[in-house]
Amino acid sequence: MNLATLSGLKRDSLHIGVFALVYAVLAFLVSNSYYQLIMTIVPVWAVMGVSWNLLSGYSGLISFGHAAFFGLGAYLVALCLVVWELNPWLTIVLATLAGGAAGLLVGLPTFRLRGHYFALAMLAYPLALLYVFEWLGYQEVALPMHREAPVLFMQFENGRWHILLGLALLVAALLTSSAVAHSRFGMALLAIKLDEDAAEAAGINTLKWKLAAITVSAAIAGAAGGFYAVVLLVVTPLAVFGMLVSAQALIFAMFGGVGTLWGPVLGAFVLVPLSELLYARYAADFPGIQGVVYGIAIIVVILFAPQGLLLKLQAWRKPGQVRLLGSTAATADFGAGDELLVVPPIPDENPHDNPVLAVTALSKAFGGLQATNDLSFSVRHGELLGIIGPNGAGKTTLFNLLNGFIPPDAGQIRFHGQPLGRQRPNRRCALGMARTFQVPRPFTHLSVLDNVVLGAYVHADSRQQAVRYASAAVQLVGLHDLHDYPAANLTTKELRLMELARALASRPTLILVDEILAGLDAVAMQDMLAVLRKVRALGITVLIIEHSMQAMVQLVDRFIVLDHGAMLAEGIPDVIVRDPAVIEAYLGKKWLQGTEKRAAAGAARTKGEPGHE
Amino acid sequence: MDGLQTLENILQSLVAGVLIGAMYGLMCVGLTIIFGVMRVINFAQGEFMMLGMYFAYFCFAWFGSWAFFDGVWFPFMLALLAGPALFVLGMALHRSLIHSVTGRQASGLEAQGHYAQLVLTLGIALVLQNGGLFLFGSSPVSVSNELSYSAWEWGPMVGDRVSVFVNQAQTIAAILAVVVVSAFGLLMARTRLGKSLRAAADNPDAATYMGINVDRAHRMAFGFGVGITAIGGGLLATNISFQPYIGTEYVIIMYAGVVLGGLGSIRGAFLGGLTIGILQQVSAIILPNQLQNTVIFVCFLLIILLRPQGFFGRRERIA
Repeated sequence: MNLATLSGLKRDSLHIGVFALVYAVLAFLVSNSYYQLIMTIVPVWAVMGVSWNLLSGYSGLISFGHAAFFGLGAYLVALCLVVWELNPWLTIVLATLAGGAAGLLVGLPTFRLRGHYFALAMLAYPLALLYVFEWLGYQEVALPMHREAPVLFMQFENGRWHILLGLALLVAALLTSSAVAHSRFGMALLAIKLDEDAAEAAGINTLKWKLAAITVSAAIAGAAGGFYAVVLLVVTPLAVFGMLVSAQALIFAMFGGVGTLWGPVLGAFVLVPLSELLYARYAADFPGIQGVVYGIAIIVVILFAPQGLLLKLQAWRKPGQVRLLGSTAATADFGAGDELLVVPPIPDENPHDNPVLAVTALSKAFGGLQATNDLSFSVRHGELLGIIGPNGAGKTTLFNLLNGFIPPDAGQIRFHGQPLGRQRPNRRCALGMARTFQVPRPFTHLSVLDNVVLGAYVHADSRQQAVRYASAAVQLVGLHDLHDYPAANLTTKELRLMELARALASRPTLILVDEILAGLDAVAMQDMLAVLRKVRALGITVLIIEHSMQAMVQLVDRFIVLDHGAMLAEGIPDVIVRDPAVIEAYLGKKWLQGTEKRAAAGAARTKGEPGHE
Repeated sequence: MDGLQTLENILQSLVAGVLIGAMYGLMCVGLTIIFGVMRVINFAQGEFMMLGMYFAYFCFAWFGSWAFFDGVWFPFMLALLAGPALFVLGMALHRSLIHSVTGRQASGLEAQGHYAQLVLTLGIALVLQNGGLFLFGSSPVSVSNELSYSAWEWGPMVGDRVSVFVNQAQTIAAILAVVVVSAFGLLMARTRLGKSLRAAADNPDAATYMGINVDRAHRMAFGFGVGITAIGGGLLATNISFQPYIGTEYVIIMYAGVVLGGLGSIRGAFLGGLTIGILQQVSAIILPNQLQNTVIFVCFLLIILLRPQGFFGRRERIA
């Protein structure tokens, strides 16, 4: 069998199978009950590492609160056995469900926060639960022995059955983690990790995927906690809700390799036996030795191998081949032509009569600054509309209002006749409104094609379809030769083209283009204009912000001129460049003389080169 | 429990809350300096508080029996001395560890190094906490003297009822906390050092171009932050008993205060800590003792979810 031909999930499954087989054989070779206990605990912590990694490693949102889910699982199993004599086979399943539910419940409010604030908030959940469980009187819950039915109550005579159960849990967690990583789910989480706003604008429902991630992750942690209670036979608040539980989950993943499938496993398999053996040897003299080992391990890793041991080893073995889990290394499919990008059917009965976009009395103020002031305009189907104005005229604010990054104070936006209300950017993208950013926001670790594939998922039913859309978009902007380059290596012009391709791959009916020409030299600018004309030729409506009047008069059908957030003028280029108000506010008096010269020069050039536009 | 008794309980809790809250406020100021200048969330701050406590404890145990140091003021002086001692440790830790994942060095790391900073300070917290267990033992200790058990009585206010007892040690500690915060506020506002710290906080790049050594400013900020929290810990040590694991619960108390006041604002952090102290003491009237901290954690969650910019300070600014 050729490994290279297997898909990611199948290859991972094979590795997981081999790993499980080796570990199971080892389990049968070991008969010392202390070593058996360690061999049971190690996979449990590996599962916690995988659980943490699935949320924090994949999405970049650091959780210091996984102990909350672990502890709930442990107490659920312990208390169900004490109170109702429910067997752990059933209650570990319940613990999984309860963990998932708790994750969803925690995620709903907490995902309003990002970065530092998210990490801090997550810290509070397990600590609050710890004191609640102490107050409830569950300082120490011992699991009653059921010698009459050892299999039913998972209280086996021989510890190796516990090892196998722990291993089964780990296999399930790893398969889940691999399935997530190699799907649209994993791609979405990676996009969130790299740039959450850009992901949202590319049509990825970031809240939905984050909630899905915390639910799956917390379910795994709940199962691990439930099984931990069965193995240890006693549950205390500090042991299951304590800071060290969350810290261990994080440390194993970071130590082994954050965002990788095997990193958390490697971390747990190195650190747990090490700390357990040291503890057994030195606990009498040095009670906190486990914590010190974990602390030192994580400090050393952060300073010397911040990507984790696994990636360090890989980089050393095969330099240049390291890639993050979740990145797909999509194979381009340049077979199809631009017709793939032709606008999908518009949800409007009279697409050609109704405007694509109608803005009425839109206003937005930041403190005392009126960034958008009672602005009304509409964009016709297939039009290329330019928005110009001096710095601070409110151009980018207008785009942020249109695409839903910020809510307006007043006014309405209708898209294909439908009022947009408070729909989030990803919904607007799904409805057919795409955008690029003034400062390009690429997912720098990913290849050009993968960047574009992320934008293509909005209207794709499958990965293949997403890759086809993305390939067509990459080809249209002319980046097909660079499609497997990492985005970090692109020039400014190429980055902007890539962003345009990412917007196009979502098959929009309207594209908002933010200063795509700024800072380009004359040749690059002409290339860019040619690409924009191609986009428009597909029937896609374009709204473009720009400073350079010279370039814009060659391109647009109509201008809107903004000044201090309000409409200064509107009309076809010929009229706008002669409008006294526009000249006063924006172009300056010299423009008029310049235009005459340019017109003369342009006329001369057109004579010289027939066929020039 | 009749009405006057309830009134007495409330007044008593408010007074205790203000006094303890002043110490919390001081610790919060330490934490917020580090965040304000370096934009680093320091998880080990509770452990630095713990080190401040043990500094006072061991100095007291070693030198307290000497006749010269036999005054009631000695523990408070030790608390103040914990500041410079931990300032030096903080500078050393910054130079050896923190420095490599913050400031300029962090720009190349994922998410500007936030990942690395959170985890590194967590590692430091684990080492200090568990190393403390080894060095200091796990049995609770305290730095109490007769003042800890003495109180001034206010009242009786209504007939022979409603007396409020003001703990003397807490009062002295609270006054010292206010003095330290004010002195630090003056240092930030008036001195060249304070200006360079604020400049480094505002815009590290521009500060560099103006000839400010941003790395040194960060190191000073980390030292000050650690030292000030340690003084808070030392003062608190005259009132409560502690063990090496005490940092974890207090780090949440500190973050609750700091977030309440607005991350990075000194005045906000002090008022935030004060509020948390009052909240903690007053909640004890109606709730069982074990839930005191749960109340704080729930408040912390509510503040951070509903008003992450805080109530007292400007958003993410210092001084």
